[in-house]
Amino acid sequence: MALGLAFVLLAVSLILLPHVLSFSQQEIAVLLVINVLLVASYRLMTLTGEWSLGHVVIMGVGAYGSALFSKKAGVPVPFAMLLGAATAALVAFVLSFPLFRMKGFYFLIGSFTAGEIIRLIWKRFSDPFGGPKGIKRIPGFPDFELGSFGFDFYEPVTYYYLSLIVVALCLFLLYRIERSRIGLTFHALHWHDKLAESVGINAFRYRTLAFVTASFFAGIAGALYAHYIGTVNPNRFGVEEMVFVLVWAIVGGTATFYGPILGVVVLTVINEVVLRALGFDTMRPLFYGAILIASVLFLPDGLESLVPKLRARFAVVLAGQPGRTGR
Amino acid sequence: MLNRDRSEDVRSRFDFGACRGAMVELLLQTVVNATYAASYMALIAVGLVLIFGVMGVINFAHGELYMAGAYSVVFFYADLDFPFLAAVAGGLVFVGCLGLLMERVLFRPLRDNPLGGLIASIGFLLILQTLAVLGFGVRMEHIPPVTQEKIFLMEGVILTWQRLNVIIGTVILLGALWLFLKKSKFGWALRACAQDPEAAALQGISMNHTARLAMFIGAALAGVAGALTAPLVSPTPYIGHSVIVTAFIIIIVGGIGSLEGAVVAAVLYAFVHTFVTTFYDGVVANMVGLFLMLVVLVVRPNGLFGAKERA
Repeated sequence: MALGLAFVLLAVSLILLPHVLSFSQQEIAVLLVINVLLVASYRLMTLTGEWSLGHVVIMGVGAYGSALFSKKAGVPVPFAMLLGAATAALVAFVLSFPLFRMKGFYFLIGSFTAGEIIRLIWKRFSDPFGGPKGIKRIPGFPDFELGSFGFDFYEPVTYYYLSLIVVALCLFLLYRIERSRIGLTFHALHWHDKLAESVGINAFRYRTLAFVTASFFAGIAGALYAHYIGTVNPNRFGVEEMVFVLVWAIVGGTATFYGPILGVVVLTVINEVVLRALGFDTMRPLFYGAILIASVLFLPDGLESLVPKLRARFAVVLAGQPGRTGR
Repeated sequence: MLNRDRSEDVRSRFDFGACRGAMVELLLQTVVNATYAASYMALIAVGLVLIFGVMGVINFAHGELYMAGAYSVVFFYADLDFPFLAAVAGGLVFVGCLGLLMERVLFRPLRDNPLGGLIASIGFLLILQTLAVLGFGVRMEHIPPVTQEKIFLMEGVILTWQRLNVIIGTVILLGALWLFLKKSKFGWALRACAQDPEAAALQGISMNHTARLAMFIGAALAGVAGALTAPLVSPTPYIGHSVIVTAFIIIIVGGIGSLEGAVVAAVLYAFVHTFVTTFYDGVVANMVGLFLMLVVLVVRPNGLFGAKERA
């Protein structure tokens, strides 16, 4: 009941949100929604216990794929986005053969290497990837009319609603996957991989499945990005961006589904809204760095560890008499 | 990566396949350039390996420590007109103290949490970068050359004194480090902590003291590398990124935790990278370097010199 109410409140506030924001904040909101999908798909990847440093490059594969399919092959944009995401999944499938020979720290570095090689391929081969400048003038999402309403996807507000719907659908799917038998197997591989293998689970196959699925959703995030910004280039998908994803996940905490989402929302709001409003422009990375250090030092389990505490306090306040036992 | 200053001048001077003598000169010149690259890369990678060995943390801010060393030379040598050697010494002490600060504030509270240490070092990286931007601006710093003298090793094969300084500095520092680690009591303690911290603690070796020592030396080595190469690379606040990528490749190829491996891998990587840069181009060279690392990871995940038991 309370949970349902919270969901309705969340949905209403998300729908109303762009109307209280300035134009530049609306653009940030679109990117934030896309990043929520990125970091949530990253969490699916980490469920099996392997941390990748190539996730943003995989998102880039989705972006490049979608851009090329729509621009060069003339595929309608919605289908191009799906094809781009499928390309990302395919690339992940191919990469899984060398990468899942490694584990732990070596997988981290190996995935980083694979990602950098993909980025250098984009840089080196101007045809069809456009070299260091990337691909420009990617067709936008087509306008359409619904009765008397016209939707123009060059408007941040309209694109915000589009990405909100797509991302909400993807988050629902990701949540269902995590709660399914497959998701439970991922968890089992993380905590007891030898034990899981001993009851007949093929660890390699399930790790690949997690990687490919996560890459598909990262590819969708990339496609959403490409058709919003209208241009993609190799530097956009560099290590710095990957570091941000890692930081969002860790500051938010990865034990729960909502942890990384909490991380990306809170850090983006602090970075883009609060620090900008305070007028620190060149100083922003400094504060961001200080916040990172403070959060790993003082909040090692992430922001998500605050939620149960807040909920407990909230329950006490609702009950009226704090300090008295038995409600 | 770090070698803007290397390939272009060689190329413009020589015409490919013009005559056989030019080809030999080009090869020898590339060997000289690779030796120079190997020396500063070895300094950086050895520092990173030392920190990883003792602290168990991958120091993501290592490239920014290099950058801080380079900016010490900008400050002491180019702005305050100190002698170059004094500026390098200033860089060594300053960056070493940055290492001490990192140990005390970041890595000591996070000793049981290597991923946390990694994230904290990313935070530190952002802070150092911003401080450099605030202090010196985002533009490339051009440092007046220390000396213009050149040695003509052969007709057409040139080694500038500035590069020779880097090579000499590296040999001296790595030699001193080797003696220190193998001969002195502190060195024994440091290696003991790297091999087995608990057993070392049982022998009465202070973990905190050793960690301070390792962080000071590791950071100072990166700082000296930055200070010595500063007049050659024209530092920017964002130079650390390419440095850390190079250092990662070297420590993986050499085997994480192996100091000898880091030196050998630095030489190997520098030669491969410099030769490919000279004969093809920089992007292909980076690709070859990364591919080398991927092959090592798949075929021999412990690196060329890594210990067998590390999983």
